[in-house]
Amino acid sequence: MKWILYISDFMIPLIVSGVIIYGLLKGINIFDVFIEGAKESVKVILTIMPTLIGLMMAVGIIRASGSLNMFELLLKPISNLITFPVELIPLIVLRTISSSASLGLVLDLFKQYGPDSFIGRLVSVMMGCTETIFYTMSVYFMSVGIKKTRYTLAGALIANLAGIIASFYITLFIFGK
Amino acid sequence: MLNYIWAFMILLGIIVAAFTGKMGEVTNTAIASSAEGVEVCFRLLGVLAFWMGIMKIAEKSGLINLLTLKIRPILRFLFPDIPDGHDAQKYIATNIIANVLGLGWGATPPGLLAMKALQELNLKKDEASNTMCMFLIVNISSVQLISVNIIAYRAQYGSRNPSEVIGPSILATTISTIVAIIFGKLMERRNKA
Repeated sequence: MKWILYISDFMIPLIVSGVIIYGLLKGINIFDVFIEGAKESVKVILTIMPTLIGLMMAVGIIRASGSLNMFELLLKPISNLITFPVELIPLIVLRTISSSASLGLVLDLFKQYGPDSFIGRLVSVMMGCTETIFYTMSVYFMSVGIKKTRYTLAGALIANLAGIIASFYITLFIFGK
Repeated sequence: MLNYIWAFMILLGIIVAAFTGKMGEVTNTAIASSAEGVEVCFRLLGVLAFWMGIMKIAEKSGLINLLTLKIRPILRFLFPDIPDGHDAQKYIATNIIANVLGLGWGATPPGLLAMKALQELNLKKDEASNTMCMFLIVNISSVQLISVNIIAYRAQYGSRNPSEVIGPSILATTISTIVAIIFGKLMERRNKA
């Protein structure tokens, strides 16, 4: 399974060099274009920042109050049965509704357990394969006035669950507990 | 929705703190977390600028267009009801490529255009077509090569190797997408019969 970690190391350098070589071959001013794209990131950050601050504050409050720990204690017996860390359950639920709110929880978990802990790694892997199901569905279907969504929700939930289970075992096998 | 989640977190936190005697901590954390939000954004800004710059080169050099053409055969398999060369195909391709490259914010506009184009092909206007269901299920399961944001956050919180999760993420997201496609295909067949 170690070859997967090689993918981790090579992916970004490969994409970056591929894009730069392609840009050179096409004869565009790659550095100017890079700057143009980099500039746009400032706009993206400015829209994210107030949201992120608001949510990190809210997650900070709920963490400091001890509510999350109480919730985790409550769920501990269940998680011992299925060996899945309960700390991630609020995140999994919130993830289907709002990506910014779930991001607040992710950062909180990184802070509590560290990004290189089992939980930290599992969260990192999981975030890549789960999506804001309810949010995405409502935005996409509402934009064209569709009311009956048929099997979309079932499919999305099944894919999400498969992603969570896969993340759990992959993290376990590659990095260990 | 976010209104309620946000209010719920803050109010629950404050009420519980009243009973656990952690009101002082709540106050301090609220202030410290707000400041931390700014720090996280600065770290993210660096990574995002780097990635969006590179992706701009991919866009301007025509590489992204090339990729959207290259995935046509996959689209024909996933969405057999879309006539070849229809606008919907182009928008879906752009949406999928944006997701794969971790350009989440760039995926929604072509995604909505794809829905509009699919609605033109749709016979029952208030009901999702098979193609729409498949598109959304695949979109939500989101195959992603790189999630630059996660790497930036991991770095911010002191990971020794922030990018080590890329490979495992690709594997996990591939599995969830395969499950999504199998489910979509099974439902499509059942609805035809």
